[in-house]
Amino acid sequence: MAVLTMRDALNTALREELARDPDVFLMGEEVAEYQGAYKVTRGLLDEFGPKRIIDTPITELGFAGLGVGAAMAGLRPIIEFMTFNFSILATDQIINSAAKMLYMSGGQFKIPIVFRGPGGSAYQVSSQHSQALESWYAYFPGLKVVMPSTPADAKGLLKSAIRDDNPVIFIEQERMYGMKGEVPDDDNFVIPLGVAEVKREGTDATIVARSLMVPLALKAAEELDKDGVSCEVIDPRTIRPLDIDAIVGSVKKTSRVVIAEESHPFCGVGAEISAEINERAFDYLDAPVKRVSGADVPMPYAKNLENLALPGVEQIVAAVREVSYLD
Amino acid sequence: MANHTTNQQERRDSSAGSVAGVIDKAPASSPNTADSQSDQSITVLNEDRDTLKNLFHQMLLIRRFEEKCAESYNLGKIGGFCHLYIGQEAVGVGAISAIRKDDYVVTSYREHGQAIAKGIPPEAVMAELYGKADGCSHGKGGSMHLFDASVNFLGGHAIVGGQIPLGTGLAFASKYKETDRVTLCFFGEAAVNQGAFHESLNMAQLWKLPCIYICENNMYGMGTSLERAMSLQDVAQKACAYEIASEFVDGMDVLAMRQATLRAVKRAREKSLPTLIEARTYRYMGHSMSDPGKYRTRAEIEKYQERDPIKIFRAALQENDILTDQDISELEAQVKERVEQAVKFAEESPEPDPNELYTDVYANP
Repeated sequence: MAVLTMRDALNTALREELARDPDVFLMGEEVAEYQGAYKVTRGLLDEFGPKRIIDTPITELGFAGLGVGAAMAGLRPIIEFMTFNFSILATDQIINSAAKMLYMSGGQFKIPIVFRGPGGSAYQVSSQHSQALESWYAYFPGLKVVMPSTPADAKGLLKSAIRDDNPVIFIEQERMYGMKGEVPDDDNFVIPLGVAEVKREGTDATIVARSLMVPLALKAAEELDKDGVSCEVIDPRTIRPLDIDAIVGSVKKTSRVVIAEESHPFCGVGAEISAEINERAFDYLDAPVKRVSGADVPMPYAKNLENLALPGVEQIVAAVREVSYLD
Repeated sequence: MANHTTNQQERRDSSAGSVAGVIDKAPASSPNTADSQSDQSITVLNEDRDTLKNLFHQMLLIRRFEEKCAESYNLGKIGGFCHLYIGQEAVGVGAISAIRKDDYVVTSYREHGQAIAKGIPPEAVMAELYGKADGCSHGKGGSMHLFDASVNFLGGHAIVGGQIPLGTGLAFASKYKETDRVTLCFFGEAAVNQGAFHESLNMAQLWKLPCIYICENNMYGMGTSLERAMSLQDVAQKACAYEIASEFVDGMDVLAMRQATLRAVKRAREKSLPTLIEARTYRYMGHSMSDPGKYRTRAEIEKYQERDPIKIFRAALQENDILTDQDISELEAQVKERVEQAVKFAEESPEPDPNELYTDVYANP
């Protein structure tokens, strides 16, 4: 086990998979000579050369679609969006081409492609550069959506995503690139997509959290522990396919659930999880399902307003206390 | 760099895109000046008889197939949107005759004719239109999404311009894998106004990709004429912006299409370079079967029909003693029978199994 940042764990996964399969190539803005806008692709150009590590023009729709076409011909592209905010320009190719190709061709053309890059909130970059898009992509059958919350998960899930025969949306949290954690050295360390992980065991309430919300939920659980509330923190890790059985299993055990997310609440992933819990475990609930979400506003620039727009440990603690009828 | 003239009219009037020694056309090469033509014949040289007969046979098959589609659509046998290729047969048949079976074709939703030309059996195409299990996309794609991996026909795509980055990616893969397979990427002129076209051409020349972009300029994007939609109407000239070789071709002349595509294929295979071909053509039917066609006159359609691609090619083949009247009658009968067979096959094919609703969503769970 080595202690790596999330950034280096992702870099390791990319390096190992590029070395493993010559059909894998990486394409995106500033991924090669600049070494990646967030340095996730550092050193890859030197190691694998310009044929496989390709700097693109700023042309998201174009290179996303080029990737899908290359996948139709049997390659396994990794398409980096400098941030997922820019993937909005490429959604026609992601949704209308990548997600639907296998189905509308009657099973003839699979699209083994990974669209990856940072997403979610960043630091004071205002509305167009600070948003969570997972519910958009998770909406579409044909896509898989992955959001790691630790360096080890980042490595194991990215390697699985690259080996997967489907289009995978892999969203790295922009604020988490520097987060450190132990990462297995094994170059065959993979984490299957669609499997949740209990990040902390508990008995009194379940907190469902993903990506940036996982470390916050763990802190909230520690604080609540002082008040005698034992929280279970469960991270789905993959939004689609969603390991709803694991979530429902935890809820049946604790009978109380808080869903923490930094995305907008309306039509969000939390809303979907809440609906599933209500359909599958209503009789087990001792309190209504509670969501803690980002504010339903575009992200503001000012530091104090940005802080107000994002859920923090305090809100998660308050929500657990609310569903536990402690206040 | 081919044909980088700046004067659109000059290019059309000088018959650029026609092949000296192969085709000798009437004074103007563009179908939009057809009314000025006194002689609408083409001369056939330098092609072997089997090739010529085969081109004619395919165009005729596609014409009759599409006429049958219109009939079946009106009987309610075909659902959804149905975009017919009638009038444009020379473009797809001529271009596809210039490539190998292992080369790729990717195109738009007006693709029945190109699918047949690339080698999907008419039976499998008709069954797909009927929404049947034996359709080439197993009933999941329909008219706009015909696919057949076995002949490298990579789809009809139904977002205008969406197939242009895909074709660019297919060409990228050929180069990456160090094969000499080329890609033909078809689209209508309306797709040229989409960003996908410009983004793709830029990447194709930047990275020297063996993609042949074929713009089928049929003068209308649905009901909006070229003049109302495009500031610079000379599509071929847009290649200059990306330093891509381009040609303007009479899309009613199957041999001109074949020869222009052969040149582009050579450039792609030998030098790994892209080409933009603008083929001037015309669709006789509506944009789709539900189009009442109020945006153009009957007289305009008839004007283009004077240079019907099948009519002028038939005349050339007869003049050159390639086909006799009897050959043509036999071919007509053969084609009629094949289309009837396609309909019979489609009628008899079962509907997809209800379990198929949930298959092919993911390649693995």
